[in-house]
Amino acid sequence: MTFPLLTVLALVPIIGAIVLIFVKGQVGKLVGYGFALTTLVLGVLAFILHTQGAALAEDVSWIPAIGAHYALDLDGMGAILVLMTVILVPVVLLAEWHVGDHETARWSGSTFFALALLMQGLALYVFMASDILLFYVAFEATLIPTYFLIGGYGGPRRRAAAIKFLIYSLAGGLVMLVAVAGVYAATAAQGSPSFLIGDVVGLDMGTNMARWLFVGFFFAFAVKAPLVGLHTWLPDTAEQATPGTSTLLVGILDKIGTFGMIKICLQAFPEATQWATPVILIWAIVSMLYGAFMAFGAKDLLRLVSYTSISHFGIMVFGIFALTTQSITGSIFYMLNHGLSTAALFLVVGFMIRRRGTADIDAYGGVQKVAPVLAGFLLLSGLSALGLPGMGSFIGEFLVLAGSWQRYPIHIAFLVLAMVLAAVYVLRMYKTTMTGEVTEQVTTHVTTDLTLREKAVVAPLIALLLLFGFFPKPVLDVADTAAQNTMATVGVTDPAPQAEEGN
Amino acid sequence: MQLLESVSAMSSTGLMVWLLVAIPLASAAFLLLAGKITDGWGHLLGTLAPIASFVLGLVLFLQLLGSPGDDRAINVDLYQWIATGNWTIELGFLVDQLSILFVLLVTGVGSLIHVYSIGYMAHDERRRRFFAYLNLFIAAMLVLVLANNYLVLFLGWEGVGLASFLLISFWAHRPSAAAAGNKAFIVNRVGDLGLSMAVFTMLAMFGSVRFEEVNAGVANLSPTWVTLIGFFLLLGACGKSAQVPLQSWLLDAMEGPTPVSALIHAATMVTAGVYLVVRSHVIYEAAPIATTAVAIVGTVTLLAGAWIGTSKDDIKKVLAGSTMSQIGYMMLAAGLGPVGASFAIFHLITHGFFKANMFLGAGSVMHGMNDDVNMRHYGALAGPMKITALTFGMGYLAIIGFPFFAGFYSKDHIIEAAFQQNTVYGVLALIGAGITAYYMTRLMMMTFFGKKRWEDGVEPHESPLVMTVPLIVLAILSVVAGLFMNGWIQDWLAPTTGQEPHNTPLVHFTTIGLLTLAVVAVGVAIGWFLHKGDIPREAPATKNPLVHAGRNDLYGDALNEHVIIRPAKGLSAGLGAFDRGVADGAVMGSAAVAAGVGEWFRKLQNGYVRSYGLTAGVGLLALAVVVLIGQLA
Repeated sequence: MTFPLLTVLALVPIIGAIVLIFVKGQVGKLVGYGFALTTLVLGVLAFILHTQGAALAEDVSWIPAIGAHYALDLDGMGAILVLMTVILVPVVLLAEWHVGDHETARWSGSTFFALALLMQGLALYVFMASDILLFYVAFEATLIPTYFLIGGYGGPRRRAAAIKFLIYSLAGGLVMLVAVAGVYAATAAQGSPSFLIGDVVGLDMGTNMARWLFVGFFFAFAVKAPLVGLHTWLPDTAEQATPGTSTLLVGILDKIGTFGMIKICLQAFPEATQWATPVILIWAIVSMLYGAFMAFGAKDLLRLVSYTSISHFGIMVFGIFALTTQSITGSIFYMLNHGLSTAALFLVVGFMIRRRGTADIDAYGGVQKVAPVLAGFLLLSGLSALGLPGMGSFIGEFLVLAGSWQRYPIHIAFLVLAMVLAAVYVLRMYKTTMTGEVTEQVTTHVTTDLTLREKAVVAPLIALLLLFGFFPKPVLDVADTAAQNTMATVGVTDPAPQAEEGN
Repeated sequence: MQLLESVSAMSSTGLMVWLLVAIPLASAAFLLLAGKITDGWGHLLGTLAPIASFVLGLVLFLQLLGSPGDDRAINVDLYQWIATGNWTIELGFLVDQLSILFVLLVTGVGSLIHVYSIGYMAHDERRRRFFAYLNLFIAAMLVLVLANNYLVLFLGWEGVGLASFLLISFWAHRPSAAAAGNKAFIVNRVGDLGLSMAVFTMLAMFGSVRFEEVNAGVANLSPTWVTLIGFFLLLGACGKSAQVPLQSWLLDAMEGPTPVSALIHAATMVTAGVYLVVRSHVIYEAAPIATTAVAIVGTVTLLAGAWIGTSKDDIKKVLAGSTMSQIGYMMLAAGLGPVGASFAIFHLITHGFFKANMFLGAGSVMHGMNDDVNMRHYGALAGPMKITALTFGMGYLAIIGFPFFAGFYSKDHIIEAAFQQNTVYGVLALIGAGITAYYMTRLMMMTFFGKKRWEDGVEPHESPLVMTVPLIVLAILSVVAGLFMNGWIQDWLAPTTGQEPHNTPLVHFTTIGLLTLAVVAVGVAIGWFLHKGDIPREAPATKNPLVHAGRNDLYGDALNEHVIIRPAKGLSAGLGAFDRGVADGAVMGSAAVAAGVGEWFRKLQNGYVRSYGLTAGVGLLALAVVVLIGQLA
């Protein structure tokens, strides 16, 4: 048997979490950080091996009675999200190095590290699972560390926020559970029960059954990558949780939503996908607009950032369901860059809030004068959020819009407004906090610019965003292959260029 | 890395093109990253960068001059930028007759303005950062004009937008400057919607955004889509070039330091819209309706800008209105079809010289007047500021079209071509020339002549050499550029504009030419007569609706405020209430229940883990039930 790299990759952070039960304090944090870095190395290695076509799949029978397998594999989209996950966790841990020192923290810093590592390991399982039951179990299990991360660290009303998060997620999860059971029933009806995605793809389960199962999965994913109506848990959580937790939540866990839509909804239920597409596209546009307008009016900086994500998830979901190679490639690439971009935004805003002591946007003014580096990083993160060319997020957003235009020009004429709206909310935030005369409160509270540690948190994110903006090709190729495979599975082809020669 | 491979495999020409862009970009990055240690000499490095690019541009230009006429385009593909599905988009540059002129204008005028800024920004503690941003602008502008496809053009297009934002709000501690920067970026983004949708359409229709492939594909495209692309591009051009209806940001952009106004908001960036239209001439030739729209936009803006120019007392805002107006002329020319394209570029270049000259002159005046911009506080400055007054005078003669000065040739051609196309355009362009003469004479009279109206303690003085030398160079160019380029530029640009060269001799007075001179003379006379006497230090209240409208930027801001900003804010507030009330109401209800349930769980189980465990247990039970049902089915 070959070396089970994927299992090791997922288990290293989980083992790290267990080790941190015994090793506490400063040493514990260092040990935890070591585990995060090890995971980073393994994750990058797995990504590179994937691009070189190495066979990484693992498949062991798990519960034979119901046909469940412990099966892991790395497809293109999974590889990209694994890459994002292993990058974000060490960044977040470094940003939250002192999280346990705050008076409000319920537990120590090393516990935060342990929970983050546990969440990382489970998320890696989600992105690598090729068995739907395993996917579901890991999907639900991520709620446990996340719940404690929200409930243990952050603002005064964090417990209510944690419960709200839990209720939403469980509601989504339970609906998905029914759908998972349905998958079992459908495969069992064909003779041999199985949860392997490979067995479910192409299965003829009847139109109605497929549509019901599609809705079940889609509902759970639409809670995760929140579409408007299912979104209100996100701003509340982001407002109360620490910026690091929010980064893990929005950057990694919410991606399970968009990931699942492609991996399960599209591939397993192609007919149902096309049946639901008209509604989902409108829903996605409304989400984009809604998130943008809410971000525009938000008073709380952390809520503001979370609303920008709701807006961006609208764009990603649209790209997925527009069903063109380019739009799906764009969505996948956008998932990665949105992760980095939102992380930068949440963390920089977090550094600012930690100095000033409040997230109220009107409590700021003129910060640029006292903390120019902080201002520069906030601007760069914001420029990434608004999709400035040169940033990786632009490539993602552009490919979604341009790819979808081939099929839905009228829809896109609305969705493209995101470009203007994002500029409005990002620049409003920058102007209100950073420019103008320095207010007295700002002078009193914001006494230092970013520290070396804080710079080391944000600089790699910005560097990666620029790298992916100018040299997206290596990662984009992986996303493109994944998108082409998805298109082939769904059985849809791209519209041909309309003005070919000879027409 | 693919990039390194392609660079090492590159011809020396390709390497020069690539360095042309890379040098200012690297300089900008270095100055920003190296931080305070470069404060002492950063501005010198920042000045060398565009000069190096200018030298490279000059070498390339000479190389093109030496090549046969139909073999002058150099295409340099650096690397594959984006590839997915059946699209591949290169990051590549195209040096041809059109782009090389822009390269020389941007780096040439850019270098002069860098030199000038050494003096102008000497006392600013953030001077290094200023030069970094200027370098960033130069690099982005070069990407814009050198791009060999529309997406790379868009990269540069947004890059100059960013640089413009950074530089307008350079003194961001002033709320008005910060607001002006935001406004510029956001209004430009509205225009960018157009450019983006044009790019989307090209990709959907041709599967490519390369200029030559788009041009080749236009013939096979339905007229509706060609027209739409034309309108999309025009929307983009309106944003960047401050054409009606997206003009409102340019006047506010004068909040930036004056060298920025000269470089970005007069000589180079704002003319990018004209470049875009000329570059896309194949599309516009196939879309007559869109072409007419270009001409109409240009005509409306040339009058609107001139109107604003007549009623402002702020010297920079007069020049800003004038810039709008002159770009309106270029747009009009570009909208006249193949006839006007090279005239548009001709005027763009001469305007780049004389307007940069006058803006820098205005900066020199402000420098001597403690940064006061109100012309009512000036007067008789020709005495203490001889070089500034003289060089400004050259710009003045050039813009009003005084015989044999630069603007005389370039503007006259546009007016004549407009008359040939349609008398209405011609007459309006002619009226515009008269108004231009009026407001520029007004500016000259209020600033350099008449009685001195300075406050006590203000001691106007000539600027240092580092500022006056660029003024002198630009003044010379304002005088001779027309003479040098008049006979040459049409032939030179013919391959890229699809235009048949006309015969335009140096000394040649047509009926329309003479008519134009007469109208200009009338404008000058009125301007002189109305401003030769005393000028009150405070703007007199006016009941004249024309003046009132001009002072208020023709109510562009009021319109935006009532039609867009307030409804958007209202919608945002409304949605906020909705989010709290309706969308969250159900949830808050359930959250209240949840909190109750949680409370109950805690009492019952005493801990989070167990309450979660219970929930998970319920879930597993449900799973078991469903599985059982599945087995039975």
